[in-house]
Amino acid sequence: MSKEDMSVEDLLSCNHFNTDEKNPHIIVNPDSCTGCKVKPCLTCCPAQLYKQDSSSGIVHFDHLGCLECGTCRLVCQEMGNGGITQWKYPLHSFGVQYRCG
Amino acid sequence: MGTENAADVIIVGGGIAGLAAAYALTKKGKSVVLLERGTSCGSKNMTGGRIYTPALRELLGTAVLREAPLERRVVKEQLSIVHGNSSTTLDYMDESAEKENFESCTILRSVFDKWLAGKAEEMGAMIITGTQADHLIEKDGRITGVYAAGEELLADVVIAADGIHSFIAHQAGLKQDIQCSGVGIGVKEVITLSEDIINNRFSLQKGEGAAHLFLGVTPGINGGGFLYTNTDSISLGMVVNPRELSMQEKTIHELFREFKASRSISPLIAQGKTAEYSAHLVHEMGFTGVPRTICRNGLLIVGDAAGFVINMGTTIRGMDLAVWSGIAAAEAIVAAPSPAEISKQYTKRIHERILPLMKRYKRYPQLLAIPRVFTEYPDAANQIMHAVFAIDGHRVPPKLTKKMWHILQHSVGIKHLISDSWEAIRLL
Repeated sequence: MSKEDMSVEDLLSCNHFNTDEKNPHIIVNPDSCTGCKVKPCLTCCPAQLYKQDSSSGIVHFDHLGCLECGTCRLVCQEMGNGGITQWKYPLHSFGVQYRCG
Repeated sequence: MGTENAADVIIVGGGIAGLAAAYALTKKGKSVVLLERGTSCGSKNMTGGRIYTPALRELLGTAVLREAPLERRVVKEQLSIVHGNSSTTLDYMDESAEKENFESCTILRSVFDKWLAGKAEEMGAMIITGTQADHLIEKDGRITGVYAAGEELLADVVIAADGIHSFIAHQAGLKQDIQCSGVGIGVKEVITLSEDIINNRFSLQKGEGAAHLFLGVTPGINGGGFLYTNTDSISLGMVVNPRELSMQEKTIHELFREFKASRSISPLIAQGKTAEYSAHLVHEMGFTGVPRTICRNGLLIVGDAAGFVINMGTTIRGMDLAVWSGIAAAEAIVAAPSPAEISKQYTKRIHERILPLMKRYKRYPQLLAIPRVFTEYPDAANQIMHAVFAIDGHRVPPKLTKKMWHILQHSVGIKHLISDSWEAIRLL
């Protein structure tokens, strides 16, 4: 696979994560997202963790693979519809563990 | 911990600002507890790739800095103006760049921060990793400590070094939340390549590094690309404004992918293997993004938490300002005759050392906010280069000045050219 063909999933698989499977640090209310016109999370999340179902239009979010940049927190509160109801850093030593940085 | 102080100073955040403060404080005999949410200092941190070193030299001294795991000292500066398949590059080689007292070098933060944390520990700092400061403790209008992991930790002074979001400074009422218009989203891929390949591809000698910025690779969006050479890897990335990104269809990853596939980049990363993909927000407001007050009774804010970042387009400074502010915080704490005097001492130092510098470049963000900077001007620059270098069979070409005028008229428009030039002269 040439470098340019790497998907976000391919890129994220190079990272080391210590994932807190049970406690998502970011909580999204999909009902709010349905009424969101801009849906800035879809273009802005560097890990593309916000995905829109093409048929139902519902925005799905998965915290696994989060790079903790906090972009979604900003864009949602400023341009979105307040769909992110909780944004915290992962607890204790969970989350992304950069080895290069 | 009851009413007894855990240390003289509690530092929230083990990035470069917090660690600089911890090192400088312990060196002067103050006791320090530093809280870091990652499993090690640096495990949550990333940078595009280059640090200006005078601040580090002041903090550590030349001998200690020589041991630091820095990547390559930058001797080659490149700026490419890209439009489609064309690009015009300015290439500056600084032959005089000193081997010992080099001014800037490339850096990988997870490696460097971990090392700096070790140095601070050697000085006596107590670094507690895997622990977040949940919130501040306030008593009679004075910050007296933090709550962390269900415990009260008290100190004479708290330093908020918790990065761009700085929930601590926000909670203390020192700053508004950051705005989309005032930040960039940075994404970066670290691509490993052998040291020899890097030296050959970038015409570098051992230990020498290149810093390459790209304008016009984020069509219509305020942003740009970057490439820094590390010892045996390349840091390749892009920064884009989230507001402008949201107004179009492409995702940040799609833009980054196109950048990687472009003729300017693709050959440089061939055969490389991706080691990591990271993301972080970057301050883009410069001076105007710094909160009016950077401290309260018992609390000082440093580094990204205080918005100490300058983006001049060609030079981006954040980490060295973080170190300067960490040193300033430590000096203020040591110099103050009583805890109540610390704020005054810190403010004075920041007003002397950091703010005048930031003020000098105060208007640069406005210049970069001219929308044509990211598409129309790169287009014009490359068309002009084409006019300079290309021939047209046996046909007699128009005069170059006439041709240039024609290009500018069509790609930028005379009205814009005049107003933008006026704006540039006024701002710079």
